[in-house]
Amino acid sequence: MSKEPVAVVGIGQTKHTAARRDVSIAGLVREAAVRALEDAELTWADIDAVVIGKAPDFFEGVMMPELYLADALGAVGKPMLRVHTAGSVGGSTALVAANLVAARVHRTVLTLAFEKQSESNAMWGLSLPVPFQQPLLAGAGGFFAPHVRAYMRRTGAPPAIGALVAYKDRRNALLNPYAHLHEQDLTLEKVQSSPMLWDPIRYSETCPSSDGACAMVLTDRTGASRAPRPPAWMHGGAMRSEPTLFAGKDCVSPRAGRDCAADVYRQAGITDPRREIDAIEMYVPFSWYEPMWLENLGFAAEGEGWKLTESGVTEIGGDLPVNPSGGVLSTNPIGASGMLRFAEAALQVRGRAGEHQVEGVRTALGHAYGGGSQFFAMWVVGAAPPST
Amino acid sequence: MRDVAIVAFGQSGTRRTSAEVSEVEMLMPVLHQVLGAVGLRAGEIDFTCSGSSDYLAGRAFSFTMALDGVGAWPPIAESHVEMDGAWALYEAWVKLLTGEADTALVYSYGKSSPGDLPEVLTRQLDPYYVAPLWPDSVSLAALQAQALIDAGDTDERALAEVAARGRNAAADNRHAQVTRSAPPGALLDAPYLVRPLRRHDCPPIGDGAAAVVLAAGDTARRLCARPAWIRGMDHRIEPHGLGVRDLTRSPSTRLAATRAGAFEAPVDLAELHAPFTSQEIILRRELELDDGVRLNPSGGAPAANPMMAAGLIRLGEAAAALHRGDADRALAHATSGPCLQQNLVAVLEGEAR
Amino acid sequence: MTPAPAPEVLKAPLVVEFPFTRSLGPVQSAFLTGLRERTVLGVRTAGGRVLVPPVEYDPDTAAELRDLVEVAPTGTVTTWAWNPAPRRGQPLSTPFAWALVRLDGADTALLHALDAPGPDAVRTGMRVRVRWAEEREGSITDIACFEPYDGPATHEPGPHDGVFADPVTGIVAPARLDYTYAPGRAQSRYLAALAGRKTVGERCPSCRKVYVPPRGACPTCGVATEEQVEVGPGGTVTTFCIVNIKARNLDIEVPYVYAHIALDGADLALHGRIGGIPYDQVRMGLRVTPVWTEGGRYPDHYRPTGEPDADYDTYKELL
Repeated sequence: MSKEPVAVVGIGQTKHTAARRDVSIAGLVREAAVRALEDAELTWADIDAVVIGKAPDFFEGVMMPELYLADALGAVGKPMLRVHTAGSVGGSTALVAANLVAARVHRTVLTLAFEKQSESNAMWGLSLPVPFQQPLLAGAGGFFAPHVRAYMRRTGAPPAIGALVAYKDRRNALLNPYAHLHEQDLTLEKVQSSPMLWDPIRYSETCPSSDGACAMVLTDRTGASRAPRPPAWMHGGAMRSEPTLFAGKDCVSPRAGRDCAADVYRQAGITDPRREIDAIEMYVPFSWYEPMWLENLGFAAEGEGWKLTESGVTEIGGDLPVNPSGGVLSTNPIGASGMLRFAEAALQVRGRAGEHQVEGVRTALGHAYGGGSQFFAMWVVGAAPPST
Repeated sequence: MRDVAIVAFGQSGTRRTSAEVSEVEMLMPVLHQVLGAVGLRAGEIDFTCSGSSDYLAGRAFSFTMALDGVGAWPPIAESHVEMDGAWALYEAWVKLLTGEADTALVYSYGKSSPGDLPEVLTRQLDPYYVAPLWPDSVSLAALQAQALIDAGDTDERALAEVAARGRNAAADNRHAQVTRSAPPGALLDAPYLVRPLRRHDCPPIGDGAAAVVLAAGDTARRLCARPAWIRGMDHRIEPHGLGVRDLTRSPSTRLAATRAGAFEAPVDLAELHAPFTSQEIILRRELELDDGVRLNPSGGAPAANPMMAAGLIRLGEAAAALHRGDADRALAHATSGPCLQQNLVAVLEGEAR
Repeated sequence: MTPAPAPEVLKAPLVVEFPFTRSLGPVQSAFLTGLRERTVLGVRTAGGRVLVPPVEYDPDTAAELRDLVEVAPTGTVTTWAWNPAPRRGQPLSTPFAWALVRLDGADTALLHALDAPGPDAVRTGMRVRVRWAEEREGSITDIACFEPYDGPATHEPGPHDGVFADPVTGIVAPARLDYTYAPGRAQSRYLAALAGRKTVGERCPSCRKVYVPPRGACPTCGVATEEQVEVGPGGTVTTFCIVNIKARNLDIEVPYVYAHIALDGADLALHGRIGGIPYDQVRMGLRVTPVWTEGGRYPDHYRPTGEPDADYDTYKELL
């Protein structure tokens, strides 16, 4: 028996911000979950299982917080799974939930990912001291900056490309009421002159630290047929992992990312992603990762990704818009960031992205990555149901 | 539903401390053991899923280093739950049910020795009303045990019998941490740890790792002489607040067992994950396990309870009994959270011999 | 081939400590502010149950709960456990009972400490009352503990608007956990060699790659690395960044160069700081060698050797 097709019929997210001081952790996740249920016009009783994801428990200082969150998410008496695959977790969580429907274990599943970073401090959470190891860095920027330099060396990309991405994504965020950063008077010059934090990465090319949550309701064909609004259909989903560090690792274009993309394209019957995919929500925590992932995901030949960015192809009015929502560069509740990419891709094919809707999107890619560029999760969603 | 079976199980011994090895050094031999049993390399496995906890390790992203032991190159389809490995097995089972994979490697590990486990587990509790009081896991289990005693469902002697039976059963289990017990009556001479619990009522704190291989259909038959077919598996969660629940019951266990088909036919063997003796009393009642069922022949949690792996070990031990032909239909159970908040039940069967 | 020596087991304390800042939301804010004012609030569900402590969402129906009521500071023990050896952070430092207490007017029980002379003075069903902390700030520890109490309920449960002057909207929850970290065999061997100012990697028996630092497993083959191979001391900067922001509790002056350095003989780069050269003159391909300082476990930094830069093609596979 073939897999049950999976439809996204409800999507909800919080207003993302540096610190949501008005809600508890439960209140934060609840806000996203309720919005997803409202979008699907379903109640808690319609949900068969809950799959939740977030990045390290140390961020909020709660071990396995899903135990405490069971009540808030209506999970009592239901199955509840907790996924953690580092930065890719929001994407992985959605895929685990989708499998429950695809395998016909459950009809309708609520999936949710969150981070309430204001409970601690991301820099602290990411850089807990480890005895015997030499402290050299704090935070993620310094970890990824050398890979950006390697990309620039390898491709000869002009140094100005990173600022173009940051300017584009922050401008896109102005069209997204949920985005964390709304920098009304940002100019390209301001991005280019912002402080160099981890040379070659500037302040304005760096993701913020956010409180936020994202939720989706996934269901089967019967559920989709009853949905009040157009569903997004899953056409392919995959995870790939490779080790953190190893001899021969390509940190600029990791093979796990390439393989993961190839797998979802195969499932979705996509042979030419550049032509067949209409919009991408890609995990770009530092601006240069846009051209890097464009190559890794097969939208540009090796060394050519920056040319797509430079020529404006990835702008919201270009012919391959990347991160019309404003992306991770504008909103980064770490655990939720991957699910936001998946959800925003689904919003695009549902035609429900509001002001940042790209016209005529039929097929979109959601992408997440994490760890030392080693964990990848992706899905392709379409406006039409899969043909199989 | 697609036929999926546990075709191999391996575990490290559980020991009070494993300071001489890193997590990956503890885990890797277990991975080699299960892969060797089915004659597969990591690259031939379609899906890998693991379970572990950063809070045990005291380090964020601790699971990323354990992946080094898998040999994830070329890249593999892989996922991780911040839960006991029993739930990693559940995720892998679902993956096989979709038909996207025919084989899966599931592993989990936990080192409790670096921290003060009862204190670490306080961080699982409601962060506003309960965690600031630092109530340790033994104290919470003691509240549950007292409720059970007050209800007339058990007494301290019966609890000692649970401990003694488990540890004596583990006499032949070379992976166990604590084996053989003084008679129950003698156990009652020991002082209380947290009344009404004595040390024997609590699981030993230890470090360990476990792994299983899952396979579907004919692949399972090819890899294993007598696969342990997963006839049903389900898990359920209860409210978090202890004061909201009836601590003498475990409705989530009962519901999961019903959904897993546990009551459709009698089982001849059960591996229950009851970290505290009083919890075994509760689980037996909810699962309707009478004296005709062989209970925890491995010794169960009284003999070894490596956090994050102990639930997966229950599934593995039940499967191994089916592989050996020691049972035909077995129930396996795993728990997570304070006082049995979350429970998983699987029903496994071997084919007629 | 140098077989790996049996390592000394290394251990070191690891303290994970942070004062978490928790925002409360309306229900929890009212409850904890109430405690500061010696008032115990619960929340009523649509089904009429009164939950104390008040939670934000109904455990049975998942409905949002906002209907606050005041209950009595007196109640009944529903279960208890005698704790003869209180641990760090627990409400009392002398032996006490943990108790679930159903306050008068409530349908659920609250967990806290019960101060009693000994286990024989505690039983399920006994009457207790709140002992308030002398200094209250709006947290669960504003209840110092419960204490035995023989009288009737002192308050009738009744509606409460949850409104207090100067409400508490957040708590600071300090959390400290103490671990003993042990890096394991391979890292212990590596650290032991570093003590002799040697950088010793380990070769994978399968793919023959040399890992520096060794982490116990060849991550691509999934097998133990044991054969020790001294690498360096010279190496090549494969890539780097210039760090311009000073991290808390990191005693390095900015700007500094954080680099990936492929030591000669190693099959992947390790990470280190580059010194002895202006930060803006560091470049990919720069040849460097370690600089040790007295008592340092690791090279303090790597400095240029003065050799000509390595050709890109010689290290591009190590990027």
